[in-house]
Amino acid sequence: MTTEDGKPRSRGGASPMSGRLSLRFAAALVGLVALALPAGGSRGARAGDDNTTLGARVYERCAACHSLHRNRTGPKHCGLIGRTAGALPGFDYSAALAASTLVWSAATLDRFLADPLGSMPGTTMGYDGVKDQEERAALIAYLVKVNRPGGTCD
Amino acid sequence: MSEQTPTRAASPSQTFVERRSFLASAGGATLSAGAVMLLAGGGLAGTSGRALAGSAESDAKILNAALGAELEAVAAYQVGAESGLLQKPVLDLAVQFQGHHKEHADLLASTVTTLGGTAVEPKADYGFPLDQLSTQADVLRFAAGLEKGAVSAYLGAVPLFGDRALAKAAASILGDEAMHWAVLRQALGENPVPSAFVT
Repeated sequence: MTTEDGKPRSRGGASPMSGRLSLRFAAALVGLVALALPAGGSRGARAGDDNTTLGARVYERCAACHSLHRNRTGPKHCGLIGRTAGALPGFDYSAALAASTLVWSAATLDRFLADPLGSMPGTTMGYDGVKDQEERAALIAYLVKVNRPGGTCD
Repeated sequence: MSEQTPTRAASPSQTFVERRSFLASAGGATLSAGAVMLLAGGGLAGTSGRALAGSAESDAKILNAALGAELEAVAAYQVGAESGLLQKPVLDLAVQFQGHHKEHADLLASTVTTLGGTAVEPKADYGFPLDQLSTQADVLRFAAGLEKGAVSAYLGAVPLFGDRALAKAAASILGDEAMHWAVLRQALGENPVPSAFVT
């Protein structure tokens, strides 16, 4: 995972080649796995399934405020994965998001999208959330896919 | 709906009756009587207003996000209408739908102000993907996407309002925009109502 500047975020000073994996590096691996797989262990989201078709349909619900490529009422989603919440330059975030140190990953998106206002009090994303776990996992898988090298955002 | 901030805190003492009075006298000048009745709470049983300023502030944030989306929709239909790509009667529909979004925006802006927030303003440039709009169908599909997203956004907002009258008003707007979406799908030759539920 990297910051918006492309700087390593999770590894810190640990060296994965030092012969012994540090806890921080292990945590980074867990994070990468979380990014690679749909979150939540939901039904219909087994490893190997491509649920991004469903995810693309769920993403259409976001189209009043968000798009992949441009900032709208909400910030753009290209570059989302690995980005610190509230840190996209040029976007006018709420104080809650601007002060957040959360880094967007499959796991953090899963918690946020399930209950935006509950998980991030003060956000102006006045949306009840994607409550269905399968739909949420598919949406996150879609966002991860479009942000991969060669994806729509590339 | 997301991430734009009303800048003024709500007045703790503001009551629903005060809001009704404000809307009738100030915002009502630019709104239809039905819209004023809808949002101002005329005759809405069980709408006792709100005691917590936090709820007013939260409601204003939700409405302001909706306002931002409505203003973008107004601009999008303007682009469509001026594109030269829309033929009658589709052009007339687009202009009519734009008028609805303007009414929604006027009402939302008035209410945000009444709740103590500062209504967001239209952006100078929305960065619409104009290079992807080269046919009437492209414009219709773009508009349909916005309308569908708006339906989902209002659906996701309705449960969050502290003031149930605002939830009712949002549901009313949702219904209007769902009709826009259906008509646009029909114009595209698609099933206008593809499912029994909107999500």
